[in-house]
Amino acid sequence: MLDASYYRKTDEIISRYVRDARSLIPIMQDIQAEYRYLPAELLSYVAKEIGITEAKAYSVATFYENFSFEAKGKYVIKVCDGTACHVRHSTPVLEALWKELGLSKKKHTTDDMLFTVETVSCLGACGLAPTMMVNDQVHPSMTPEKALALIEELRGKG
Amino acid sequence: MIKTAEELAQAQKIACEEIKQYDCRILVCSGTGCIATGSNKIHEIFSELVKQTPGVELVFSPCGGHHDDKAVGVKKTGCQGFCELGPLVRIQKGGKVIQYVKVQPDDCKEILEKSVIGDEIIERLLYKKGDKAYVQPDEIPFIAKQTRIVLENCGKFDAESLDEYLAAGGFAALKKAMFEMTRDDVINEVDASGLRGRGGGGFPTGKKWKQVARQKDTVRYVVCNGDEGDPGAFMDGSVMEGDPFKLIEGMMIAGYAVRAENGYIYVRAEYPMSVARLRNAIKLLEERGLLGDNILGSDFNFHMHINKGAGAFVCGEGSALTASIEGNRGMPRTKPPRTVEKGLWEKPTVLNNVETYANVPKIILQGADWFKSIGTPGSPGCKTFSLTGAIENTGLIEVPMGSTLRQIIFDIGGGLKNGADFKAVQIGGPSGGCLTEAHLDVPLDFDSVKKYNAIIGSGGMVVMGQDTCMVEVARFFMSFTQRESCGKCTPCREGTKRMLEILERIVNGQGKLEDLDTLEELAKMIQTMALCGLGKSAPLPVLSTLATFRDEYIEHIVDKKCRAKQCTALRRYVINPEFCKGCSKCARNCPVNAISGVVKKPYTIDSNKCIKCGACKENCAFDAIYVEA
Repeated sequence: MLDASYYRKTDEIISRYVRDARSLIPIMQDIQAEYRYLPAELLSYVAKEIGITEAKAYSVATFYENFSFEAKGKYVIKVCDGTACHVRHSTPVLEALWKELGLSKKKHTTDDMLFTVETVSCLGACGLAPTMMVNDQVHPSMTPEKALALIEELRGKG
Repeated sequence: MIKTAEELAQAQKIACEEIKQYDCRILVCSGTGCIATGSNKIHEIFSELVKQTPGVELVFSPCGGHHDDKAVGVKKTGCQGFCELGPLVRIQKGGKVIQYVKVQPDDCKEILEKSVIGDEIIERLLYKKGDKAYVQPDEIPFIAKQTRIVLENCGKFDAESLDEYLAAGGFAALKKAMFEMTRDDVINEVDASGLRGRGGGGFPTGKKWKQVARQKDTVRYVVCNGDEGDPGAFMDGSVMEGDPFKLIEGMMIAGYAVRAENGYIYVRAEYPMSVARLRNAIKLLEERGLLGDNILGSDFNFHMHINKGAGAFVCGEGSALTASIEGNRGMPRTKPPRTVEKGLWEKPTVLNNVETYANVPKIILQGADWFKSIGTPGSPGCKTFSLTGAIENTGLIEVPMGSTLRQIIFDIGGGLKNGADFKAVQIGGPSGGCLTEAHLDVPLDFDSVKKYNAIIGSGGMVVMGQDTCMVEVARFFMSFTQRESCGKCTPCREGTKRMLEILERIVNGQGKLEDLDTLEELAKMIQTMALCGLGKSAPLPVLSTLATFRDEYIEHIVDKKCRAKQCTALRRYVINPEFCKGCSKCARNCPVNAISGVVKKPYTIDSNKCIKCGACKENCAFDAIYVEA
């Protein structure tokens, strides 16, 4: 059971939108922006509040890659593997991060909940390939060394 | 508030006057690329410096008052085009502009003193090519050889200021459409211009508008596809960031023409900057009365909404996009009925992409004949491309339709990085194909490249040198479309998976020659039977590489060789006995004991045991280990 504050926050988010199906995606986006994931309890709550079935809400939430029912780390690192980054060797950057953080294709988040590593298909900064994004900030011209240095820096910040 | 055509004219006049009052404008590029290299910090430092320095005054909007100090504006612009050399800064004084590249925080003070207060040019920060340094941005070959319609304002003004857009002639087209033309005139003008959808399909825009205007249902929508999902494409993102008002003006003209009262922009979630700039633009327009009810005192009402995507590539497909706005899973549906008949909420809908709408204002202002004078007869106008990959000048470009790859890659792009040899260029993203040396002089337009198993697509252009493996590129795209397949229709869901499995086998050195026939058979089946454009075009990258690089596929299968040395499983690590000192470090690092030898004598690698992890090569102090193709 989630703390009451979660529901208060969700009420506040729902109040920004009209209560019908069209608001489902923006509401889920706002919840995820708040908690870095989409708690399943809140999804059911939202469905009830905006008058759609739980099944429908779940089907939409699972369709889109951006929604995650699992809690993400404090720093969500998205390594770009778009075409431009791929041909400029983004794979070694991803592999270096996985190795350093003990993550893999299947395990995305470190046990200390500090880092989540994902791939993304394009960040729109192809001119500076390979790139990666840490939360909302794009980092240009990455190399495995630069990626590891950044991890060190973020660890220092805690 | 701007409530009449006269008030709009007046506001434009004031905005023009105001802009002339700046003694100097510091234009800091704030496209996604430059922000990544630190341009926000540069903007902050300039603003602070201008405030502190005597003799200059930071001005946000010079309202005609007298300034004792020099009135300096520090502005955030959209993409200035030269992403790799960021942060980019332009210093504009009257008609004169200096382009500085790679501006670092320490350079700001010097720029302010020498180029803003003084009239000196800082040689060190100019763009240089060979031994020539360029001052004006328009002289740089990368920019001089482009023709910019959609991108005309990008990088030249403050993308967050409505006044700057008005000063650049903004909303004159809407005014002309509303007061000098009938709705039919507007549609006919767009139709006569021959403008074709820039999202990839190339469907005539005017025809689409006509079909919507003809529908009986009176509730209609205007929707903009800003879900630029092709990896390696960032043109539409740059327009949304760099000239958001122009996109909105184009959509408003469409709304006026087809009598729609609501417009929706569907933007990729990965473009937070586009969302922010569009939200800001909508807010400013609502505040000034240019969006809302009774626009310019007429009976035309128009409201804009923004929907953020949630990470599904298939939402770039029309019916999936509208399903997503409605709050459903973004899955395409069978057509007909088409979007023009039953689109968003089952209502007639004009659905165009960002670049298409951004072309509209200028067509209305300058006329269909002007537009047709650019480009080719079948594909008039210009096209934006994002030029990336193994190329010297990466960045955002716009050229007339019919330009050749040679002009784009060599004249504008400056050829391949570090003078490498050209191998192929991938255009059209995961729905496109690869063109080679043989196609360098083909004029690029919607129809010509189709002959070569490629499409113009939305305009992603990734240049590849000899170190790119074409089989691996085909596998890369197939893994993308397979992942993004929504799963609704079997040919796409299962077919792309089978194709991917075969390609994975080939790059792992386990392919069979029959695989190539199976790939082609599957490709043709998916092309004919898939439900939507994503599926139908998914096999193109494979078909086009099979057509032009079949020998590379065969090398992978028969000789177990990857000439680009990219396919890990086919690499062969070898120790050069001339360089090896026999230190034994590699043997100790090898996780599978594949390296053996006697200390102080050259070691050898047993390629049957080797798992190609590269640990030996990475750690060799004498560079004695190399990869054999």
